[in-house]
Amino acid sequence: MHLSPVPAAGAAAPAGDQLSAWVVPALVAGVVLWGLWRRVPVYEAFVRGARSGVATGLRLIPYLVAMLSAVELLSSTQALEQLTRLLEPAAALAGIPAPVLPLMLLRPLSGAASMGYLAALLRRYGPDSLVGFTASVVQGSTETTLYVVTVYLGSVGIRDARWSVAAGLLADAGGFLAACAASRLWWGRT
Amino acid sequence: MMNAIWAALLVGGVVHAGLSGQAGVVTRALAEGCAQAVRLSLELLGLLAFWSGLMGIADEAGLTRALARALIPVSRRLFSGVAPDSPAMGAVAFALSANMLGLGNAATPLGLRAMRELQRLNPTPDRASPAMCTLLALCTSSVTLVPTGVISLRAVAGASSPADILLPTLVATTYSTLVALVADGYFRSRLEATG
Repeated sequence: MHLSPVPAAGAAAPAGDQLSAWVVPALVAGVVLWGLWRRVPVYEAFVRGARSGVATGLRLIPYLVAMLSAVELLSSTQALEQLTRLLEPAAALAGIPAPVLPLMLLRPLSGAASMGYLAALLRRYGPDSLVGFTASVVQGSTETTLYVVTVYLGSVGIRDARWSVAAGLLADAGGFLAACAASRLWWGRT
Repeated sequence: MMNAIWAALLVGGVVHAGLSGQAGVVTRALAEGCAQAVRLSLELLGLLAFWSGLMGIADEAGLTRALARALIPVSRRLFSGVAPDSPAMGAVAFALSANMLGLGNAATPLGLRAMRELQRLNPTPDRASPAMCTLLALCTSSVTLVPTGVISLRAVAGASSPADILLPTLVATTYSTLVALVADGYFRSRLEATG
């Protein structure tokens, strides 16, 4: 498993790569050291946290099955390619790689479903392609807006959401466009 | 909505396969997709557990509390309708900081607690109060400091540098939060203008 990123051998890695390559190792060591300093029983705390991570991962399985089977069906009959070609001109206008468009539709609805679609994109185009990179940034920078609004308001029995849905969806749209623009700038440099 | 999209994907795929004379592909593609999903889930499970474990340490070391304290001045400004030292303000700061840290499982209960506290102050119990709309705008667009799920997925997919999305992600998520705040401010001022 490639938890700590290894720069390509022989290639002089640019500064940005060095930085992002060190974020994960620094985070791992830093958190454990900080925990020790605060006298946290780090091993027990880690296991407790990891247990909830396992629960999250197990909960993800049915969503991944639902999304990956549908996407595999569409891509092995070339339906996805034809659809992508159809969407291409409109997407290009907004600076969005066409295969990422469906992700933007799924993202506000379900974090697990959009994670599943992202997994399909990474598999099909590769995590280091512009499509894979942009899709990762889109998924990482936005939230499951409609789900969050539903759960939060539902928990206190509110029916009228006022402008919260509109504000959240506007923010998502802004985030999507910013993710595409930032990806185009960053991609290939790191 | 999710139902309609998924049904369209699956039925559309089957219909497209039938029309283009590839009905035989359907069974094989479904089996392959399901196998991929389970393989991926198992590989992802370990990394997700690792990150949640690490966040568990950070949480017990008081990271959420420290960040919540740092966020109090910001939330006082954003939630001007809420008394600065009320339990509601504290709950809001906690919810925001758990969201920023991407504490998936911990973020939701903290968010719901903040909603309960805000509901206590809400004069119209079946309509969202302006403070609730601000909280929702922030939580649905929240600045994600480390998107651990996506980094794990990229690592499993064999990315040469799985964390290389960190900076552009931070830029995009900050921008979306700014859009949320501007939109929230606009809707709020329109409400005040009409009374």
